[in-house]
Amino acid sequence: MKRKLVSLMLVAAMAVSMLAGCGNSNGKTSNSGGKKDASSEGTVYFLNFKPEQADQWKELAEKYTDETGVPVTVETAASGTYESTLKSEMAKDEAPTLFQVNGPVGLASWKDYCYDLKDSDLYSQLKSDDFALKSDDGQVLGIAYVIETYGIIYNKALVADYCALDGAKISDASEINSFDKLKEVADDMQARKDELGINGAFTSAGMDSSSDWRFKTHLANLPIYYEYKADGIESTDAIKGTYLDNYKNIWDLYITDSTIEPTMLSSATGEDAAAEFAMGEAVFYQNGTWAYNDIKDNEVDDDDMGMLPIYIGVDGEENQGLCTGSENYWCVNKKASEEDIKATLDFINWVMTSDEGCEFVRDELQFVTPFKSMDDYLPENPLVKAANEYVDDGKESVAWCFTTMPSEEWKNGVGSALLEYAQGTGNWDAVKTAFVDGWASEYAAANK
Amino acid sequence: MQKSIKKYFPIFALPTLVAFTIGFLVPFIMGIYLSFCKFTTVTDAKFVGISNYLKIFTDKTFIHALWYTALFTIVSVVLINVLAFAIAMLLTKGISGTNVFRTVFFMPNLIGGIVLGYTWQLLLNGILAHFQKTLTYSSTYGFWGLVILMCWQQIGYMMIIYIAGIQNIPGELIEAAKIDGATSGQILKNVTIPMVMPSITICTFLTLTNGFKLFDQNLALTNGEPSNMSELLALNIFNTFYGRTGWEGVGQAKAVIFFILVAIIAVIQMRLTRDKEVQQ
Repeated sequence: MKRKLVSLMLVAAMAVSMLAGCGNSNGKTSNSGGKKDASSEGTVYFLNFKPEQADQWKELAEKYTDETGVPVTVETAASGTYESTLKSEMAKDEAPTLFQVNGPVGLASWKDYCYDLKDSDLYSQLKSDDFALKSDDGQVLGIAYVIETYGIIYNKALVADYCALDGAKISDASEINSFDKLKEVADDMQARKDELGINGAFTSAGMDSSSDWRFKTHLANLPIYYEYKADGIESTDAIKGTYLDNYKNIWDLYITDSTIEPTMLSSATGEDAAAEFAMGEAVFYQNGTWAYNDIKDNEVDDDDMGMLPIYIGVDGEENQGLCTGSENYWCVNKKASEEDIKATLDFINWVMTSDEGCEFVRDELQFVTPFKSMDDYLPENPLVKAANEYVDDGKESVAWCFTTMPSEEWKNGVGSALLEYAQGTGNWDAVKTAFVDGWASEYAAANK
Repeated sequence: MQKSIKKYFPIFALPTLVAFTIGFLVPFIMGIYLSFCKFTTVTDAKFVGISNYLKIFTDKTFIHALWYTALFTIVSVVLINVLAFAIAMLLTKGISGTNVFRTVFFMPNLIGGIVLGYTWQLLLNGILAHFQKTLTYSSTYGFWGLVILMCWQQIGYMMIIYIAGIQNIPGELIEAAKIDGATSGQILKNVTIPMVMPSITICTFLTLTNGFKLFDQNLALTNGEPSNMSELLALNIFNTFYGRTGWEGVGQAKAVIFFILVAIIAVIQMRLTRDKEVQQ
């Protein structure tokens, strides 16, 4: 009898523990429980791309829920894992209703999931169709929600220190207006780094996955931009690599006048580079307006942050501006329920047009957006200001041609070749092969 | 007793069976089906036949990962087993502090693979920094880093199994051998090793399959850098599935091939070592 009791208890204990295990599975905590009953109004699930703004988006979602009662869930993919996260999230019953693609190439794999935004309120706010992703039959599948600018961020105080040295190559930062000048200055800074109290002219050109996109994607944009410009095209199925020598020059500069040895690059991270700049250990730092959050409130004052165009030694580059564009396009999931789609459209419209939303976008997210409604809301980001000055000066902005790169695989190939060249374990020909031949084969594979 | 086992059998077996079906059988069958499909998300697949399997062999990284994994498995199986056996022999000699040593050697096993990977990445990079190199400088560094990591993690576990095996050897066998004038080398070769053959079977099986399906440590230590050259098979499959748009089905096909490969190797190895086991 006793034994039976024991076994019964065991069974009961097991059953309870199993049920307990199942009970926890509704993991995602949405910000429900607002003022109104939200069950009939649909919900929003935004899969955010920008880890640096994970908390801000959550806060914004809460505000929206407090105001309207519509639950908004925000999940953020870890750096470099957006595509894989999206892929698994999309397979779930509660798929993201709002996600993003990085341009025409990213759109190609998700176009079956994109709702036509042509009639949405947000699209009507868009300043120009350049900021929309359209399908061949004219559907609006994606809307850019942030315009960003990158270039070479520099420390004005350190440049001023340098100019004060005997025999400085320049007397003011504005004299740097070509690759030759940039190289002359950087080389000299590197040679006199002890006098300046820095570790190198440029921050480490880290090739860890948290940083390699700065070079395999953003820096590679320049030779592509100039080639497109020379050929008068906007995308291509086979790149020629006309400006690869210029690419090599700027890459050589980055890895030579650097804070670390080239053999150490493979493990250097994006945080390393940001920290080096923020602590005043390096003068130049290739990155964009989004990097402001990472480098502010440290050794470098906001007033000391400036931006230079990335000069690569092309004729007429004195007139070159910064690289401005977007690779963040919002898409609404077509396969979500109608209520959810409507809720999502209302949400993004609220973010970009309501006073509260606009203020938040300006102060917390610090986005420059392509929407008319946001015209009066420009962020207090010194890098954005620097970017605007170039536009006001009539410099010609460099377009973001890297959205036409054929695939992630192509970028990885170029990145690996760049790293091996830098380490001395490979040569520049491998970069050429990855760049030119890789483009053709990846383009063919992606467009079969 | 027999009766109550029968009576409660479903209650005890059912949860595991259900879990096994949900967690293993269904994904397994779905996975095989998906390897013949083109898809972006797994719920939305289109049948395309065997084209995924044909694509595998145009992918150079897969062939490289295959050789790299094979080499890694051989090296790690030999090193782990030899070292684990040697330590087990030492720790059954009755030296003082044996229990402390056993605990210390076993401890690395209690740490998860990802954590271990990042810890060792820091350690090894710290050492390599003196030579201005890093772990991802070339795949050779990554290879030996991974071998060191795996040895450190697995030797303790295998050691426990060997210790149990060695302690099970009847004392009179060794005594008899000694009386017959066998040297310690002869005792090891003719008594100890044949008697611990079951342990050797288990340990080689475990290390072999562990080596082949290693993922966490590889991901955390080098993540396949540089240029996918330190990528083991499991990571290669993962990267194909998640990293390349339009290649999800190919990743799935690779996974099926991977499964067949591991299954074949495991079965062959079991056969080979089981033949050598002796009954007491």
